[in-house]
Amino acid sequence: MAGQHRIVVTGIGLTAPNGNSLESFRDALLRGVSGVRHTEIRYMGQQVAGLCDFDEFKYQSKKMRRRGTRAGSISIWCANEAIENAKLDWANIDKSRVGVFLGITEHGNVETENEIFEMHQNNLDWKSWSPHHNPRTVANNPAGEVTLNRGITGPHYTLGAACAGGNVGIIAGAQQLILGEVDVALAGGVSESPQTFGIFAAFAAQGALANHEDPTKASRPLCKTRTGIAISEGGAIYVLERLEDALKRGAHIICELAGWAVNSDASDFVNPNPERQVQCMHLALRRAGMQPSDIDVVNMHATGTGAGDIAESAGVREAFVESSKTYVNFTKGHIGHAMGAAGSLELAGNIPSLVDGWVHPGIGTVELDPDCAIPNLVLHTPVKCNVKTILNNSFGMLGINSALIVKRYES
Amino acid sequence: MNQEQVRQVVLNIISDIAPDEDMTVLKDEVSLREQLDLDSMDFLDIVMELRKRHKVEVPAEDYPKLATMASCVSYLTPKMQ
Repeated sequence: MAGQHRIVVTGIGLTAPNGNSLESFRDALLRGVSGVRHTEIRYMGQQVAGLCDFDEFKYQSKKMRRRGTRAGSISIWCANEAIENAKLDWANIDKSRVGVFLGITEHGNVETENEIFEMHQNNLDWKSWSPHHNPRTVANNPAGEVTLNRGITGPHYTLGAACAGGNVGIIAGAQQLILGEVDVALAGGVSESPQTFGIFAAFAAQGALANHEDPTKASRPLCKTRTGIAISEGGAIYVLERLEDALKRGAHIICELAGWAVNSDASDFVNPNPERQVQCMHLALRRAGMQPSDIDVVNMHATGTGAGDIAESAGVREAFVESSKTYVNFTKGHIGHAMGAAGSLELAGNIPSLVDGWVHPGIGTVELDPDCAIPNLVLHTPVKCNVKTILNNSFGMLGINSALIVKRYES
Repeated sequence: MNQEQVRQVVLNIISDIAPDEDMTVLKDEVSLREQLDLDSMDFLDIVMELRKRHKVEVPAEDYPKLATMASCVSYLTPKMQ
């Protein structure tokens, strides 16, 4: 896939609605613990959402947190945890050779809504608009805050890829390493979406906003009685390096990126296209030099919407029709839909299976939708398997599809 | 508001804008920027909060009058009667 360069993961930092480290997140996934809860949304009142409870001030001063954004704060937490996890020699590393590449679904809605609300509280006095609005809402904000926090002088930007953002951020980081633009890539995805009213209201207008009196039962992917998406925040950032660099510094190699693909439906603003999803998965497999039967686990995007679940189920069935051994799971029953973070978070939650051999189950599915029946679907309880490869799907609006394959590192 | 009340107003705003700072050791006659980690954006925030919380407008040409706590109090007290 990577030509003369193999790209490896040497660190992971994350925050999810049910865990602030890979260990706690993984434990929650295996035990079936949901992180979805009730929250108050401006104008709308009580809604369900996945909210994170990491310590915002462990790596950031109160002043910088106030000046920045929630997405920036999440990114700073994840980046610092990832750097620590990778045991990078940060004091001596060339910061101009480090890059930050973060996938986002959206950015700027939170701050814009807050400013408009404040302006209304001040009799539409436009001069009450904050001077911080622009640096908070520029699209590179989450990645840029990481560079400010860690003194990184290499490139940084975000990748606007809707809910494929988490995968696309990792892919962009790998591409920058292959191109030789950086020696270390901090790459992944982040989401601050539960802080914005507009996204809740829009999903409600689509009839696609999850609800349940018990918030832990609100996100029900592939379920006949699903009600829609439980919007979540979170983030997962990976330290990526070229294999030779990682070996040279004696890094612990968590896994290797084996192949990836990103394509476009070119068919609808919102509704997915299973034919293009299959093409995307097959392209990733081809680039990885693999057959469908080489994949041990497929992590579905599975948002908990009828259109999305049914289309993806058809796509996964078709893409893996030749494989009788591939297990299929999903993560949004546990954490809701972490939007731009979904791809990188959900992949992270599965990566430990390369070592511990447990495929975490999907939860929240009370009655499986017959249209979503897939062979070897892992529901409710973990399955033991010698996991060597994982294919992670993440799809987004405007028809962006991504599939990312990781494999156990073997020298 | 009297001068002490105006001082407290400014203190409250700066405490919100620079929450990591110890405001108990602030010297009123010394430049705020010499004592606190404040930059130009922070001063814009102070002006903004005065406007939002107390309907006091500080034109750009008067920004230098916010240099110290003492000068803030002198400048703002007549505006907050």
